[in-house]
Amino acid sequence: MERRGSPFLFSVLCFGIAILYIPILVLIGYSFNASPLVNVWGGFSTAWYGQLWHNRQLLEAALLSLEVAVSASTGAVLLGTLAAVALVRFAKFPGRLLLTGMVNAPLVMPEIITGITQLLLFVSMLQLISWPHRGFTTIVISHVTFCTAYVTITVQARLASADRSLEEAAMDLGAGPARAFLEITLPIIAPAIVSSWLLCFTLSLDDLVISSFVSGPGASTLPMVIYSKVKLGVSPDINALASLIVCGVGVIILTAGWLMRRAERRRTLEMQLAEQ
Amino acid sequence: MKTSGSPGRWLIILPPLLFLLLFFLIPFAFAFKISFAESAARVPPFTDVVTWTPDHHLRLAATLANYRYLLTDEVYGVAYLFSLRTAFFSTLICLVLGYPMAYAIARAPRATQSVLLLVIMLPFWTSFLLRVYALEGIIRDNGLLNTVLLHLGLIEQPLRIMRTNLAVYLGIIYSYLPFMVLPLFATLEKLDATLLEAAADLGSTPWRAFLDITLPLSMPGVIAGSMLVFIPAVGEFVIPSLLGGPNNLMIGRVLWDEFFGNHDWPVAAAVAIAFLLLLVGPIAIYQYYSVRQLEA
Repeated sequence: MERRGSPFLFSVLCFGIAILYIPILVLIGYSFNASPLVNVWGGFSTAWYGQLWHNRQLLEAALLSLEVAVSASTGAVLLGTLAAVALVRFAKFPGRLLLTGMVNAPLVMPEIITGITQLLLFVSMLQLISWPHRGFTTIVISHVTFCTAYVTITVQARLASADRSLEEAAMDLGAGPARAFLEITLPIIAPAIVSSWLLCFTLSLDDLVISSFVSGPGASTLPMVIYSKVKLGVSPDINALASLIVCGVGVIILTAGWLMRRAERRRTLEMQLAEQ
Repeated sequence: MKTSGSPGRWLIILPPLLFLLLFFLIPFAFAFKISFAESAARVPPFTDVVTWTPDHHLRLAATLANYRYLLTDEVYGVAYLFSLRTAFFSTLICLVLGYPMAYAIARAPRATQSVLLLVIMLPFWTSFLLRVYALEGIIRDNGLLNTVLLHLGLIEQPLRIMRTNLAVYLGIIYSYLPFMVLPLFATLEKLDATLLEAAADLGSTPWRAFLDITLPLSMPGVIAGSMLVFIPAVGEFVIPSLLGGPNNLMIGRVLWDEFFGNHDWPVAAAVAIAFLLLLVGPIAIYQYYSVRQLEA
């Protein structure tokens, strides 16, 4: 649709985008406030950022969260890609409907329900088979569960639009199905896999509710520590930490998006050249 | 890849199927079982519902007390209704705000479109918890909104928004807006512009054409977006906890307190199961439309 947008639509769009961004920008502004009082501007200062490095509790929580996020997004990418391949390539198999349901439901399931049910599973399992103990392992399992859904949806869409004739050509030339998939289709769906890994990473890094339920004593993730501090009121060092996280994630996402677009362009160009 | 009969395909299907079965679906069975247990001072803090007696008989010790408690203590009924109402009106406002946004993006030139999409997506990728926290900086008594309004002379006294239900509405709209815009954009983008041209040629006003053509054709996006906002919003915990007042009893918060405050796991399990039963309808609608959209 290439018609000129109306001024009404344009202004609503700007208004909506302003709503999405102003709070974050204000937060970043506050993080450079020298005064610990939130309503007084005491001059520009980076002192709060410096203080973060001396807060052991925050550093340990950040480390745990990063470990969880890397493990969970890797696990979710493996399972989610398999599920996407199963749903796109196998038209009929027993349990297809069940798999579709289990892939879509976590996207809308309120976290509080997922958290409580998973905790009850973990404590029952611990009673029955003495595994898993609540902590790192249970947090990773829970995060893999909800992240898998995002991976499957993203990869599924990409896989469905991928051209299968190339893979078939490779098999005609004698490649086995696994090799044809790995060498032809995997590179095509790679951008979707990379972006869903990043999405899982940020979702896992951010999760508060599910982690609070399934984690055990001594295992506090970064959002858990942030939540308990924020609950007590605005604190300037959390402003600094939040600005760091938001900007860090933003830069990673933008760079990844830019790199993927470039790779995509090169790929289409090569395809066009090959066809000539 | 052979699509039928090959046993190798189970190597692909089984890992995700079994994992999700064990860690997503079976937990509901355990929660269901424990919702019939009694709270007990032990680890884990509830009685066994099913036990083997020494002479190898299965003994069932189930109680309906937790469910009876849900029905008699009116906190739960009030919290359910309050959560449904809050989620409903937040979803409606998200729709009214998100629809023109999605429409504007769908009409933008291709190059601008991808930039705008990125702008909408970026907040969704950044931390949810921190964005809710950031909103506090805007709406608290000495926050940006009040400072600006006071300077402009529009108000005499700072507006009291923090710790009110209005703050919860603002929080939900602010946090979930991207979930509304993206599915709406996906359907509006596919809309065939020639239909609108045909309507205009036949003498239809733009507003009429919108009501007769655009709106009905974008219904799958409207429903998918609304469900993506409504269902998680009903169970929202972080927003009412950080922005709402002490009287804002959304069901997510009641459940959290039951669990971490009262340590009554069986009642919490019963609340979760009852809550889930109320959500089965909306979740089924969401599944139906999202599967259809993927296959289209």
